[in-house]
Amino acid sequence: MYFGLSEEQQFFQVSINKFLDDTVTVDSLRSFRDGENENLFEIVYKGLNELGLCGLIIPEKYGGLGLDSLFAISVSESLGRGIAPYPFIGSFLIAPYLIDQLGSDSQKEKYLPGIATGEIRFAVALTEITGRRSETGIQSSNRQLNGKTLFVMDDIESTHYLIVDSDAGIHIVDSNESGLEKIKLSTVDITSFISELILTEVKKEGLGSVSQNEETVKRAIDLGRIAIAADTLGASQCMLNQSIDYSKDRKQFGRPIGSFQAVKHMCAQMASDLEPCHSLVWYAAYSMDYITHESHLMACQTKAHVSEVGAFVAKTATEVHGGMGFTDDLGLHFWFKRIGLNRQLLGSPDLLREEAAEAQGI
Amino acid sequence: MNLDFGNKYDEFRKEVKAFCKEYEGIHVTSNLYSYESVVDPNVKPKIEMSVKEWQKILIDKGYHARHIPNEYGGFGGELDIVKNVIITEEFSKSKIPTGIGGQGIDFLVPTLLEMGTEEQRQRYIKPALELEEIWCQGYSEPNAGSDLASLQTKGELEGDEWVINGQKIWTSTAKYAQMMFCLVRTEPDAPKHQGISYLLIPMDAPGIEVRPLVDMTLDAGFNEVFFTDVRIPADNIVGERGQGWLVANKTLVHERGSLGDPNKMIRRYDKLVNLMKSEILDGARIIDKPVYRDRLMRIQGKILALKSHGLRLLSGRLNKGQDISLATMIVKLYGTEMRYELESLAIDVMGELGTLYDNSPNLRDNGGWQYAYMYYLGLIIGGGTSQIQKNIIAERGLGMPKEPRIKGV
Repeated sequence: MYFGLSEEQQFFQVSINKFLDDTVTVDSLRSFRDGENENLFEIVYKGLNELGLCGLIIPEKYGGLGLDSLFAISVSESLGRGIAPYPFIGSFLIAPYLIDQLGSDSQKEKYLPGIATGEIRFAVALTEITGRRSETGIQSSNRQLNGKTLFVMDDIESTHYLIVDSDAGIHIVDSNESGLEKIKLSTVDITSFISELILTEVKKEGLGSVSQNEETVKRAIDLGRIAIAADTLGASQCMLNQSIDYSKDRKQFGRPIGSFQAVKHMCAQMASDLEPCHSLVWYAAYSMDYITHESHLMACQTKAHVSEVGAFVAKTATEVHGGMGFTDDLGLHFWFKRIGLNRQLLGSPDLLREEAAEAQGI
Repeated sequence: MNLDFGNKYDEFRKEVKAFCKEYEGIHVTSNLYSYESVVDPNVKPKIEMSVKEWQKILIDKGYHARHIPNEYGGFGGELDIVKNVIITEEFSKSKIPTGIGGQGIDFLVPTLLEMGTEEQRQRYIKPALELEEIWCQGYSEPNAGSDLASLQTKGELEGDEWVINGQKIWTSTAKYAQMMFCLVRTEPDAPKHQGISYLLIPMDAPGIEVRPLVDMTLDAGFNEVFFTDVRIPADNIVGERGQGWLVANKTLVHERGSLGDPNKMIRRYDKLVNLMKSEILDGARIIDKPVYRDRLMRIQGKILALKSHGLRLLSGRLNKGQDISLATMIVKLYGTEMRYELESLAIDVMGELGTLYDNSPNLRDNGGWQYAYMYYLGLIIGGGTSQIQKNIIAERGLGMPKEPRIKGV
């Protein structure tokens, strides 16, 4: 019996962490935000793809590494820790998962090898099924799509879109098709790539069949939720670690602020809340592949709980840093904002708790 | 990740299952220990026996005190954590009571095995296991709570006897205990952590007075113990003079790690779900009201985290390379605070009826929720308060700097 990440998974995390520590510094993010460092994305994209992230869960016969959900979420944790501007969860987990599960052989041939090399990049539009707003809606008829979808994830120089409508119909759209209007949405988190799509008679290709998609779409969303939870976990752990370092270094009243119980107790509470989240995220990811009857409940509860802990850590870690925590200079807010965005993606904690209650017949 | 114990344990699990089946529905009687009620009080139990008889059967079978050596009255099995887990799991599934631990078996026995003399082991372990000798723990004092090492109960060696004067508090089981393991200041001139000895005191020694201490639940679960010129043999010491702090810390670590069992928490959660399904407010079940559902789901999220965390702790004990030191330190804080949150929800679910107490009409579940709501606040404080836990987590777990010591204290 062994419960935890394998040596291989830990080693993989170390490689990603090292790359991101060297590449994605607070300075580089600030200049990326201010439009002075436009190739940061390309550097990160190339570097992480070379480590194999784009093909991580794609079967080997399509050129991927064929790794499981636990491996995938251990990667997410590192990406959150290093606040990577990298479209992992939508482009390289949810999209290939759905294509692999529901695609015809020719669709798999057409897309999976390209995703595995990073040449094909899917943005995913799931809000019609995870959080539909009144002003949106997608209608599909005659191999065409009409309507509007909000909050498309991982949309940066996308070659394709994967759009799920409210009946769990799945549509693939080439980004060069006419009638497709993309409006970039700026969020608090500059490491995310979010857009709105307006579709007017856009040519599309169907994936799977509406009558059979629902379970698989739910599983893809669950995988995404656990991966987002892992990303929040990595970001939160990093904020706690920075707080501890800062509290040892920063002196007031002639002693390190970390020697004051007020500060110690803030850090201890963060650690106490975060430690079980590691175990929770591992278990949830493991359940996706090996204890599938538990995975939906685990996904809802894991994302809900880790989001709450993440919000607490984001606030508390900022407070430990005092005024500096509030500055752009220190850059702690990059993690704060990533945790904030993650909280809302694919279901906010309140909605997920209700979904969890319903799923177990409560 | 691999959650399988492997088929080498299949045979053992089968054996435990068969045992549990044989004793299904057992009712164990005791005036000293209360069991979670697992049998319907209206149905006469199939098997009934005293706690001592039950304890003996469990030890003979190796389902309790499993790795205590045979020569001291234990089963003498090899130390195998997986087997212990299987025993707990199967007993829990069949709802039959496990053996009694308590202060003697859980704290004194491991201490004697590690630091006691051969004579002490021969003399004390077997009667403790068989519940013939009940032990209590004499640590806290009125002026030595969180700062336990400042304790002042005095022990002076006169000839071949220790003469003990002072007072202990929060001594559960002192009322009926035959023995106490006790921390006593024997070296008044040494620094505070080095002036303490770990003494074994018969509770019937002249000069000992036990007074019940009534707590907020109105139970007298604890006691105060007063010592006036109490004389015990000089040999009744574990470890050397002045080593008592070291000896005691071995068992304190154990106490903190043992709180917050996820299986117990899950059973309690299930009971809360039942309560929420059966309570009707304005014609609707409480569980169908969104505000209460949300609180329930928050608690379930934390329980799932604790359950997963339990697997990690077990894994860390089985796989030496896995570091679980910080993971272990948070268990007491996390588990007790969460349990209190769970009991609080039950009180709110009952609303006004949640304030009923003391055999009042209309009590739900015999008032167990009201009792637990207060009792678990006690557990947040006892065994090292949440604030002390946070100091430990911060200083030992996160490596944060110690508070500067005030000179002369």
